[in-house]
Amino acid sequence: MATKEKAMPKTEYTIEPGKQELTSTVVLDAPRELVFKAYTDPKLFAQWWGPRGYENRIEKFECRPGGEWRVTQVTPDGAEYGFRGVTHDVVAGERICQTFEFLGVPGHVALQTATFEAVGNKTRVTAQIVFQSVMDRDGMVASGMQRGADESMERLAELLAQQS
Amino acid sequence: MAADQLSVTFAALADPTRRAILARLAQGEASVTELAKPFDLSLPGVSKHLKVLQRAGLIRQSRNAQWRPCRLEPGRLKEASEWVGDYRRFWDESFQRLDDVLQEMIKEEKKNDGDQGEGDAQD
Repeated sequence: MATKEKAMPKTEYTIEPGKQELTSTVVLDAPRELVFKAYTDPKLFAQWWGPRGYENRIEKFECRPGGEWRVTQVTPDGAEYGFRGVTHDVVAGERICQTFEFLGVPGHVALQTATFEAVGNKTRVTAQIVFQSVMDRDGMVASGMQRGADESMERLAELLAQQS
Repeated sequence: MAADQLSVTFAALADPTRRAILARLAQGEASVTELAKPFDLSLPGVSKHLKVLQRAGLIRQSRNAQWRPCRLEPGRLKEASEWVGDYRRFWDESFQRLDDVLQEMIKEEKKNDGDQGEGDAQD
């Protein structure tokens, strides 16, 4: 598929030391209703959630207060990662609030809230995730280390120094 | 990596002094005394941190030399980072894919608005 050259959305992460939360913000070039739909329609959700090449197996997707969700991601080499949670709140076009648990490390449950704001004809999505401990979050923060990149010791030192 | 091993590794990484120790060791091996100096820690104090790092498999203390230098064990850190390293990639790429899906949706909408019967295959 030949797609026109366009600016890729850039996600910004806010990760303050010693806090249990993590915030990411992205501006998407589409109206708010469409973005909200892509988040709440399982067929659409399955098309975008996760890294490229990963397939989503939607096992449960009850996008309403009290509803459950359960999705398994299948990597290109066949590994499977399960995720599940409960949807606490859905405010059409505005907000989705749900719990999130990676089944590879069960018991570490986070609360994630996605907020949708119209910016002209675009949409700003702010995703806040609150972890159960700073330790849980810092596990994610260590993600500054890029997977597959050369784990040169210098970069590692830089990263660790930043987080100190 | 087993889930509890991951927890042990993260617990070890959750302390700023221990991360600073790892950062120092990333530059090369060092003795306990050398490690204690910049942190204003007592030797028992730094030993405590080293023990945690050692238990987490993040460093190794040599038994050979008299001064028993500490050394980074990058393997465990790499394992931990491989799991967590997916986080940014996960969302960066998710949003890129979402953008693609949204552009398709917009195209679809325009098509439905634009052609009230006639196809647009002509041009």
